[in-house]
Amino acid sequence: MAENYALDLIETGRKLDGRGLEEFRKIEIEPNIIKNAEGSARVRIGKTEVIAGVKMGLGEPFSDTPNEGILIVNAEFTPLASPDFESGPPGENAIELARIVDRGIRESKCIKLNELCIEPEKKVWSIFIDIHIINHDGNLIDAAALAGSVAVLNAKIPKLDGEKIIRGESERQLPVQYKPVTVTVCKVMDKFLLDPTLEDESIIEAKLSVAVRDDDKVCALQKQGREEMSIEDLEKMIGIAVEKSREMRKLVG
Amino acid sequence: MGKQEIKLMVDGKRLDGRLPDQLREIDMKVGVVDSADGSALVKFGNTVAIAAVRGPRELYPRYLQESDTGILRCRYNMAPFSVTDRKSPGPDRRSVEISKVMRLALEPVIFLEEFPKATIDVFVEILQADGSTRVTGINAVSLALASAGIPMRDMVIACSIGKIDDTLIVDLNGIEDNNSQADISFAFMPTKEKVTLLQMDGCLTQEEIKKLLEVAKNTCKKIYEIQKNTIKEKYR
Repeated sequence: MAENYALDLIETGRKLDGRGLEEFRKIEIEPNIIKNAEGSARVRIGKTEVIAGVKMGLGEPFSDTPNEGILIVNAEFTPLASPDFESGPPGENAIELARIVDRGIRESKCIKLNELCIEPEKKVWSIFIDIHIINHDGNLIDAAALAGSVAVLNAKIPKLDGEKIIRGESERQLPVQYKPVTVTVCKVMDKFLLDPTLEDESIIEAKLSVAVRDDDKVCALQKQGREEMSIEDLEKMIGIAVEKSREMRKLVG
Repeated sequence: MGKQEIKLMVDGKRLDGRLPDQLREIDMKVGVVDSADGSALVKFGNTVAIAAVRGPRELYPRYLQESDTGILRCRYNMAPFSVTDRKSPGPDRRSVEISKVMRLALEPVIFLEEFPKATIDVFVEILQADGSTRVTGINAVSLALASAGIPMRDMVIACSIGKIDDTLIVDLNGIEDNNSQADISFAFMPTKEKVTLLQMDGCLTQEEIKKLLEVAKNTCKKIYEIQKNTIKEKYR
């Protein structure tokens, strides 16, 4: 019944909470909220809350990129955030989210990884971006990607004394050249909508996450949901995402 | 991907001698795993994927059962010897994600609602990897499902499309995959003309994506013909 109501409402151009189909909930961003992290951000989209933290360490570069720093994105859906999340190793949804956030940041070339080499083939900075979900009320991917981008943008490289990292002291910002933003466009019947709540998500079976760079280039795509889509729909969805990303980028700082 | 610059196109040809829109040599075979209900082996050049289908069969533990529909489970796995540097066995984050998108790419074509409380299990092993493994795997599963006699609305055909040296190319091999400016994995229902998998890495304009999707669609239709012939050959 509730499902039919939601579908009827979408027909008239509204989501369950009365918002227009492409209208986001209020987005609140607080950078640098974790003192012990090299960079961090809390993002709230309505009742959805995500914290991203950047930690940096020293590591060996991958053999095929001997002069580049290493980027690792991880996400945890802890039971704190939702009755649907269980403890234990990350499940497929957490892994998929982390990999979508990873691709948005990596493929946009947002971080200048080539400036993070200390000694070619031997020592480079590793950047760990950890996404922690605090409360799940829908649209986790957009919130997580936004938190990731803001955290990266605010991250500072810790000071290095020979082999030793001096935490809490830094010499420079993490070198960043783009601000990628990810927008997930959902399709219900023949309508497209953005920023669904958890309740809205229960009727959505077709989604496309689109990561967009400052120059409007699309740097990652991921179709989600079990419904098939036409090529025309996918193109429209990419268009909607590119448009929306410009507005959201202003919030990144 | 910020690696050392490699020239991937020379005189309009790719490093392995192919033209931009040329597929590698494709080989497909069904009925390759005796104990399975359906199975297939698909080769795209040096990439080799084998798929087996078991089911529909009753799903245990019982709490996983859905009373009104069957479920599809999918496991994508790379053999440790399939790549240059041995891959440690078992699922990693990449294979967990691929297993998920593979499942979603196949679900739309299977009449799962005909099998309440049951599961259809799909296992994909990559025996040899030279780029485009997930799409090769999907093509293998599609054939395996058909050979298992599972009722399907359509086939699922998959391919990879990329951009190297500012040229659009089809069916990326390993070197191209690692050094492309952008690449997509794409799965398509050829009769209904619907997309069931779309993943992209790299930077492209909206116009470029449009072109890429068009090429992807046409490439899938070519591969579809090979799939159809494979099944006809087997069950003539």
